[in-house]
Amino acid sequence: MNEAVYAVAGIPVISGLLLALIPGYRITAIGNVIASGLTFMASLTFLAMPPIVENYVILDSLNTFFIVLNTLVGFTTSAFSASYIGHEIKTGHLTPLFVRFYHALFQGMMASMNIALLANNIGVMWVGLELATLMTVIMVGIYRTPNALEAAWKYFILGIVGISLAFFGTILVYLAGQSVLGEGLPAMTWSRLLSSAPQLDAGLLNLAFIFLLVGYGTKVGLAPLHAWLPDAHAEGPTPISAVLSGLLLNVALFALLRFKMLMAAHPGALKPGPIMIAIGLLSLIFAAFMLYRRRDIKRLFAYSSIEHMGLITFAFGMGGPLANFAGLLHMVMHSLTKSAIFFAVGHVAQAKGTQRLADIRGLSVSHPALAAGLALGVVAISGLPPFGAFMSEFLILTTTFAREPLLALAAAFGLLVAFGALLLRLQGVLFGTPAGADHKVNASSLPLIVHLTLVLAAGLYLPAALIAWFQRAAELLG
Amino acid sequence: MTHGYDVAHFLAGTMLVASFTLLYQDRIFAVLNTFAAQAMALALAVAWQGYVQHHPDLFITAAMAFGLKGIVIPLALNRMVVRLGIHRDVDQAVNVAMAMFLGLGLTSLALLLVLKVTPGAASFTREGLALALAIILLGFLMMITRRNAVTQIVGFMSIENGLILAATGARGMPLVVEVSVAFSVLIALFVFAVFVFRIRERFDSVDIESLDRVRGERR
Repeated sequence: MNEAVYAVAGIPVISGLLLALIPGYRITAIGNVIASGLTFMASLTFLAMPPIVENYVILDSLNTFFIVLNTLVGFTTSAFSASYIGHEIKTGHLTPLFVRFYHALFQGMMASMNIALLANNIGVMWVGLELATLMTVIMVGIYRTPNALEAAWKYFILGIVGISLAFFGTILVYLAGQSVLGEGLPAMTWSRLLSSAPQLDAGLLNLAFIFLLVGYGTKVGLAPLHAWLPDAHAEGPTPISAVLSGLLLNVALFALLRFKMLMAAHPGALKPGPIMIAIGLLSLIFAAFMLYRRRDIKRLFAYSSIEHMGLITFAFGMGGPLANFAGLLHMVMHSLTKSAIFFAVGHVAQAKGTQRLADIRGLSVSHPALAAGLALGVVAISGLPPFGAFMSEFLILTTTFAREPLLALAAAFGLLVAFGALLLRLQGVLFGTPAGADHKVNASSLPLIVHLTLVLAAGLYLPAALIAWFQRAAELLG
Repeated sequence: MTHGYDVAHFLAGTMLVASFTLLYQDRIFAVLNTFAAQAMALALAVAWQGYVQHHPDLFITAAMAFGLKGIVIPLALNRMVVRLGIHRDVDQAVNVAMAMFLGLGLTSLALLLVLKVTPGAASFTREGLALALAIILLGFLMMITRRNAVTQIVGFMSIENGLILAATGARGMPLVVEVSVAFSVLIALFVFAVFVFRIRERFDSVDIESLDRVRGERR
């Protein structure tokens, strides 16, 4: 196994343990940033590495892309978190003890997500996702207000239901593999399963995929099982909302994609495409309409995450190199943009002392810098040019239109509805006479600028090397 | 191999009966005792699988199920219930007949589903799997119908019991998974305990209903 693989999985584990031991929130906040930065740098070396396939670890074009994205957003979020947490301590929302706990959990969560992404063993992948879920549950409840507790409870119950179903699905996949690959480790090794996929039992695989789709789909936040997502986003600390939307949803979708590849490699098995298209469209359109009724700014963007995860699932459901390419690109754009929006929203909520949309007015007068950041983020996430999300949404719609015009119309309808809602709300927040509280925040705008610049750069020009890399990953997806 | 088959079915069946009992028990101590009995049946079932499959490492899983879920956790929850002073009746969202009816429906669903799609697998495995799925679905039903935090914990742990039964029934599934499941149950209990005490602190009650009052968006 390679040293970089150890580093990406190990640095967060070790630093999580260390951060739990160090008192003093300033040191732990800086430690958190350094640890996340080191993990990010370690993951960059993956770009220059040949693929690895071992019993427990796999590194192919697909997960290299997810890991680099994961560690990058983890790094910028830790920088945002340092300035956010400083304010929370000053206002007494969090005690230093809880902050110590918080930083250790942050690293633990990054570690378990990286492990889930790197795992070649479907059991280890499941363990990684379960640990990440449990840690985010604690973090969502960290404010200990009645609302935060209810959100954490709901998240926990739904998360556990999803994760148990996914485990049952994993057992079924093992059973399917066992009759071909023999007992023990090989039948749980994803790459071995994939290479012998055509011989596996189709019935078992079909049943397994339904369990995995519902199970991991709950974690992705797909429509009928999304109920935990808005609460968890709204009541937890904002850096956690950014990580949930930007990373955890992606990792869950990644797990689902691994199994979709398995299904696609078996000619006799159920076609996962139509199911994913249906669930994706349902989430997209449902969330788009729900956007109009939001009164809480973080809930608003949580529903927008459901909408975009729906669109991405839809794209992967369409399948084929072009739609997969667009789906992967949109995943990156959504991750970067949505976490940037949460960076801005976090500071806005601190400055105004509230998350109620009705109480946040005239931001362009009172906090011009924050207002500009938020406005750019919302413009980017609505899919307006010149930002990257425009390109990915355009690609998704055009490839769909060429194959299934009616489906493309449905998706475009959902996107337009969501677009209207976001602009309507943004207008209310930005303009008008400033009202309500006006606290001073030392916002660090660097993470926000980094993300928006990346999204803008991707919209204007994608380097050929990046395109080739996305294409390789898209081909793997089949 | 016929009696190996019979004993495995007997133990899995016992667990299923315990799941049905959990559905209608309306006193909190009875719920905890039934859960302990189910966990012990699980321990025996896992140990039997270890013996039949010649996988001695399954005995570790069995010992963990017996010690942790059969003894330590029920005792801890028992103490917690006494300390919180909530050893009164447990309310139910649906009545007993309805719960039983739904439970029967879910059990037949599980049996029909698994037996239909797994004709290729050994009958030893597939019937065990069907029973395990029934236990998991009944656990979900229990979590839905109960309104009390402690009984929801029990519902969740009975789901885990079903999952472990399924995992050990699949021949030679690597131990790493079982250990991690047991480990995650431990973490889960920790999480739950934290929640229960925090809920107590805030509301003077562990009734989930009092959480529903603060639901949704602040208006």
